[in-house]
Amino acid sequence: MTSFYGYEPKSRLFLGTAQYPSPKVLEDAVRAAEVDIVTVSLRREGADGAGQAFFDLINHLGVRVLPNTAGCHGVKEAVTTAQMAREVFRTPWIKLEVIGENDTLCPDVVALVEAARILIEDGFEVFPYCTEDLVIAEKLLAAGCNVLMPWGAPIGTARGLNNEYGLRSLRGHFPDVPLVVDAGIGLPSHAARAMELGYDAVLLNSAVAGAGDPSKMAKAMALAVEAGSLGREADPLDPRDMAVPSTPVFGKAML
Amino acid sequence: MGDKRSSHMYLTVNGKALDAHAGNLAALLDELDYADRLVATALNGEFVPKDERDAAMLSEGDKVEILAPMKGG
Repeated sequence: MTSFYGYEPKSRLFLGTAQYPSPKVLEDAVRAAEVDIVTVSLRREGADGAGQAFFDLINHLGVRVLPNTAGCHGVKEAVTTAQMAREVFRTPWIKLEVIGENDTLCPDVVALVEAARILIEDGFEVFPYCTEDLVIAEKLLAAGCNVLMPWGAPIGTARGLNNEYGLRSLRGHFPDVPLVVDAGIGLPSHAARAMELGYDAVLLNSAVAGAGDPSKMAKAMALAVEAGSLGREADPLDPRDMAVPSTPVFGKAML
Repeated sequence: MGDKRSSHMYLTVNGKALDAHAGNLAALLDELDYADRLVATALNGEFVPKDERDAAMLSEGDKVEILAPMKGG
């Protein structure tokens, strides 16, 4: 099993906790998928104490949290958010998001590298939300990232793997780095495909939370990730153009 | 009037204008009933760890962020 900064999750599916119709639906989805790792965030606390209630729910679920810097658009903002998250969630893990463009939520990969460098020097274990760009991946690894999380497609689009060649290339260039497809997944087949490409895990949120039956979709995603992973390990056939009969030709009756 | 109960000043707390009396960040959390809650704080864009809130003195026009755990993707 792949290790993520020394932690080996049982499930290769990481699940976001946002956009569920209710905390109960979130809880059901987490249990249905049997995930070990969920993403969380920090937001302004209101008078209703919703933050504490959410924290209690996450603790109740017994999962490991991966706080994010969602919505941050610059190095300073992302670094400060990460520092605040570390204190609240008591973990050195941070899903580092530095957004560069609002329509696609494309990462600002230049700022991402700089923020990662600052945070790693400060003791963080960074999960960078990045693109499939090989040069940026190299720089993130040089900065001290031990995990890379390229997007499948823009967040929330449910388009699947937009650049399968790029993702395969990334896998090929960094065979020993834990790689997670993060964002853009819509269907279980997308998640399975990511695993068939040799990815170590899939992180998704909207595909489950936005489904008509989040619990069922969570289970479907977990099974898809497992199926894709097993398929990869089983060393599948290469595709070919010409048919090859599977039933033996020898011994066929002449009728 | 002690250090923590200086004269009032205008702050921006979580994006809203506020007339506060607290002299430092720890006292502000007390004043706003956040003292017992699980929150992280920033003053003018800089993270202020919990054990440094007492020493984080507030000035007129300061921007304070008080953040709590929330769902996220």
